[in-house]
Amino acid sequence: MTASNGMGTVHEFEALGAGMRVKLSGFVRLLRDNAFTIGLAETHDALKILGKGQAVRPTRLRAGLKTLFCSRQSDWEKFHELFDAYWLQHGMKSSTRISGSPQKAPAGIQALAKGPRGESKGQDPDHVERGEGSDTSEAGQTKREGASCTELLSQTDFRHITKSDDIAAAHALAERLSAKMRARLTRRMRAHRSGQRIDLRRTIHKSIAHGGTPLDLVFKRRKDKPLRLVVLLDASGSMNLYSAVFLRFMHGVLDSFREAEAFVFHTRLIHISPALKEKNAQRAMERMSILAQGSGGGTRIGESLATFNKWHAKRCITSRTCVMIVSDGYDTGSSEILGKEMQALRRRCKRIAWLNPMIGWRDYAPEAAGMQAALPFVDLFAPAHNLESLEALEPYLARI
Amino acid sequence: MSEANPPQDEIALQLTAVGYIPDRDLSTALWLMDSLQRPLLLEGEAGVGKTEVARALSQVHDTKLIRLQCYEGLDQSSALYEWNYQRQLLAIKAREGERAGDVEEEIFSEKYLLERPLLAAIRQPAAPVLLIDEVDRADEEFEAFLLELLSDFQVSIPELGTIEATTIPRVILTSNGTRELSDALRRRCLFHYVDFPEIDREARIIQSRLPGIDTALALEIATMVNSVRREELRKSPGVAESLDWAATIAGLNIRHLADEPEKVFDTLMCLIKTAEDKSRMTREVTDRLIGKVA
Repeated sequence: MTASNGMGTVHEFEALGAGMRVKLSGFVRLLRDNAFTIGLAETHDALKILGKGQAVRPTRLRAGLKTLFCSRQSDWEKFHELFDAYWLQHGMKSSTRISGSPQKAPAGIQALAKGPRGESKGQDPDHVERGEGSDTSEAGQTKREGASCTELLSQTDFRHITKSDDIAAAHALAERLSAKMRARLTRRMRAHRSGQRIDLRRTIHKSIAHGGTPLDLVFKRRKDKPLRLVVLLDASGSMNLYSAVFLRFMHGVLDSFREAEAFVFHTRLIHISPALKEKNAQRAMERMSILAQGSGGGTRIGESLATFNKWHAKRCITSRTCVMIVSDGYDTGSSEILGKEMQALRRRCKRIAWLNPMIGWRDYAPEAAGMQAALPFVDLFAPAHNLESLEALEPYLARI
Repeated sequence: MSEANPPQDEIALQLTAVGYIPDRDLSTALWLMDSLQRPLLLEGEAGVGKTEVARALSQVHDTKLIRLQCYEGLDQSSALYEWNYQRQLLAIKAREGERAGDVEEEIFSEKYLLERPLLAAIRQPAAPVLLIDEVDRADEEFEAFLLELLSDFQVSIPELGTIEATTIPRVILTSNGTRELSDALRRRCLFHYVDFPEIDREARIIQSRLPGIDTALALEIATMVNSVRREELRKSPGVAESLDWAATIAGLNIRHLADEPEKVFDTLMCLIKTAEDKSRMTREVTDRLIGKVA
């Protein structure tokens, strides 16, 4: 079919002219920068559409490329503007001006890239840092609702809780959690010696030798599915009393889950699963401290989530994943971005649990702007100020 | 370059002839679906007529419509094929004493195979329209399996061997967005977002379904339904509801909505589906909307 044959058959489309092909590839690149999912097969089919003489009228071409390149409603809404900006602003004939680079796109596209949905696409990708990052000082930030903007994480020592009984408790809990969470009941069946239902197909296979008398019954039972868990931990100044405990907890979780990923965020997002895979807890904590060094205080939850959505979500989230965000919701970034990114995340995953240590405080109400923006998309909003409150999560997680 | 009658306009005309009024984007999508041989994914709110597209398409091509309704836990024995166990058991009994190998060959032959929608769709003499309805309700395993089927169009049955497609069906998938579909499936498909029709298109739909109706009245009804949709109700009325309502209005011999606000209010309730919406659509609200229409 389209995907399997004719990849790279450039000659077929030579009639189209190099200018058109270059222009199209520039357009595809622009769309990819705007989070469209487009593979080689789609580009190939787009050339076919152009070859069918649809390029004579922009509206025809637009309708054709729209149905081919879009794959979700958000794409559908963005497409017109992107198309018009790319193909019409320059005029259809001036292919010389297009070098295919979205960076050189006119201001219209740049503005678009930030988009009505605010997904900050097309900006410089906020790559995940795995080593010591450069010092991004946030001196200009103003103080806002308790999120410390000046306190540097580099001073923070994750080895704060090395009290052996605390560690033991965290690990024991993580183990219990994992035992409960790993298995999720589904309706999918698999063959089993002692299931609840008879697997007729296999039973009949076996009964042929007995002349049709089903002597050996084969049963089937529900198949267990591993739970996928992604933990995003706020390690900003305002959380620093808690983050150490949670890192311990995450280490335990990653230990017992095959499909778990862990991230830490403050002003940017850091992927810490590799560090947490270290078996020795002490050494894992040391590697973590190194990873988190060199970043300013303050929290940019929205931007961190945007990074997550853009670079990691595809890989580590399926519709069965539970995302656990541990944060107090004090955001120094824009709460608008946070809301939008939460919405995007919500679409992708099964459940979002937001653990907020502040709930444990007396008279706390989730009034921080960030928290307000995020709450509509959260399935579970629970306290997480001590091990007890974590324990209270068990029944919820077991149901996932 | 055949400017005179481009293929997508041709399809639009054919669809109109069978009573489905498409917009330009949809007719382009349907045309590309044929020429690129890709499945088409339709997304949109409930009641915008996603399923209707498949029905109209099967009428245009004068082929069978094979429908697979998805649900959680849908597996290949209800989507693809299943053996007819009762008949197999009987056959085994009837052939008691024969060689086991022969019996096995007999009971795992075509005769004992039950076709389910997906297998049926690739074994038709003429390419059918395969409608995979609400694919978002099925789970990921099924989605992955579907992806494989949609690219290879062959099915392998362990006891029987590989069955190749005799014809490639036109595949339409619909989704209500209860679960995010995988990027792979989305990429594989052409995409069309089905929105509620604009006022004049809805008026044309009403006219094509209720040929006796007055043009002006159809337009009034379409405008009215359109403004009801803008009231941000919990359940916006779909096209099917507006057709029902139009039939009611026509049946009551109302010539203009503004003439009989009382009856309009009473009948409008058939568009409203929840108690909450009902309490919001008060007489004052409908009178205001009627005022705008007239």
